[in-house]
Amino acid sequence: MNRVRPFYWSVRRELWEHRALWIAPLAVEAAVLLAYFIGSFALPHAVAVAQTGQQLRLPYAVAAGAAFAISFFVAVFYALGALHNDRRDRSLLFWKSLPVSDLTTVLSKAAIPLVVQPLIALAVAAAAHLIMLVWGTLVVGLSGESLPAYWGHLRLPLTWILLPYGLVMNALWDLPFCGWLLLVSAAARRATFVWAVGPWLALMLVEFMLLGGKAGGPIARMVGDRIFGGFDRAYAVAGQKNVAIASLSQVDPMRFLGDPGFWGGLAVGAAFLAACVWLRRRQDPL
Amino acid sequence: MAVIEARGLRKSFKATVALDGVDLATEPGRIVGLIGPNGAGKSTAMSAILGLTPSDGRLAVLGLDPWTQRDRLMREVSFIADVAVLPRWLRVSQALDYVAGVHPRFDRAKAEAFLDRTEIKRASRVRELSKGMVTQLHLALVMAIDARLLVLDEPTLGLDLLYRKAFYDSLLNDWFESDRAILVSTHQVEEIQHILTDVVFLNRGKVVLNASMEALEERYLEVMVGPEQAPAARALRPLHERQVFGRSILLFDGVPRAQLAAFGEVRAAGLADLFVALMGPAPRAETAA
Repeated sequence: MNRVRPFYWSVRRELWEHRALWIAPLAVEAAVLLAYFIGSFALPHAVAVAQTGQQLRLPYAVAAGAAFAISFFVAVFYALGALHNDRRDRSLLFWKSLPVSDLTTVLSKAAIPLVVQPLIALAVAAAAHLIMLVWGTLVVGLSGESLPAYWGHLRLPLTWILLPYGLVMNALWDLPFCGWLLLVSAAARRATFVWAVGPWLALMLVEFMLLGGKAGGPIARMVGDRIFGGFDRAYAVAGQKNVAIASLSQVDPMRFLGDPGFWGGLAVGAAFLAACVWLRRRQDPL
Repeated sequence: MAVIEARGLRKSFKATVALDGVDLATEPGRIVGLIGPNGAGKSTAMSAILGLTPSDGRLAVLGLDPWTQRDRLMREVSFIADVAVLPRWLRVSQALDYVAGVHPRFDRAKAEAFLDRTEIKRASRVRELSKGMVTQLHLALVMAIDARLLVLDEPTLGLDLLYRKAFYDSLLNDWFESDRAILVSTHQVEEIQHILTDVVFLNRGKVVLNASMEALEERYLEVMVGPEQAPAARALRPLHERQVFGRSILLFDGVPRAQLAAFGEVRAAGLADLFVALMGPAPRAETAA
């Protein structure tokens, strides 16, 4: 008898099929690094005149932000195809001929945007930061400027506590969003993107007209918040967004966890995934 | 324990009844051909047996309820639905890795040995393989699974004759044993009739005929007669009659061999002819029911 690990191999399977999950972040990060190398001739001067160090931290922030942003897009398109593609190419029948439950299948597919993709983003950002640090240290060191000053301004230890924390919080916050995309991919016969986006656009349009042409109604705010609100909340300082975090004591996970919207989102996301399992069990190839 | 045990299996879609009270009992060691025209309910019956669709009535496969225990059942049931179901992006090596990773009864060495006898390379993707090779790959995976029931739904559709023949030869020689059973549906009835032990004819969701091959060969006999003998032979109420080179071949149900031997050489009716006799649009088909 083989020792079997259906969940593990189901996740591996997704990575085989969707190579963009890791190729796209790598490609984007390579472009960021190239720009960094080209711009690094100005690094010694920047260290010499640095006051807050914000300019020195900027490339690192861009590297992390780029990894997260591309991962977000790749994950959205992944989720829209996850429970759809194998119905379209009829391989559904092959996957269902194996002793893997529909629950395992759905959870392994949900794990890609919720767990695997954030980990890929984190790994890519970490690699980029390391390369930037080594290169920056070389450039600054050879120029004779102060290395401790350079390193001190970077605040990398703080960054590397905040990044994983933000990713975990954001993934949890995104559960209903991911669940919705997976549900559409399981339910729609075609045009998953249109089905995923269309109903919300229509609702927002109706809301826009009802409000007499005023943007930012409750539905529009909720949609925006559900998609992009995770990091905002994770990194909010005293309830305020877009404030640079200078020390760990400013981070307040309890505020995030105390938000009823957070727990409501988890419940809705879980319900969406349950609906995916229900659908998956009954589905034939398209 | 019966491999498949169905009693009064029913399944209807919006407007049509796909299965209308099907009874089926399959023992280990049997190779059952499920035969019927398009829309007869073959695929629906197989879907129900594989736990892909819910159905009414009683259905047990290896003692399990397929609909509620599909993943458990799939440890001991394999199926090939038709040639195009392996995903095109999958590499041969990945297919081996995946099945070995999720299937407790998969013998990887056996699958590798089978693949070594083919042209299939491990690094190839399914999309790079010919249709025949894709079937070989699927067969390599399925034959390496220590299953007790293999369900084949048009497994050789679109393959050329050599691949089709090799497909069934491999299954019989290297996989089939007395504790295993095969349920197969295909339109190429003549090609598989010599390997079947049992036949189930399905029409409009109902079982028209369910018998072992031995019983069929006893019961349905054919004799070829010239025009002068035809009226006498017709008096024995043949099920079906067809013309070949000015002579008639008459197919009888349950008429003793000795009685027919008077007209000429008697032989067992082929499955394809029997299929036409029982289900075809021929005027005498009603007498079969």
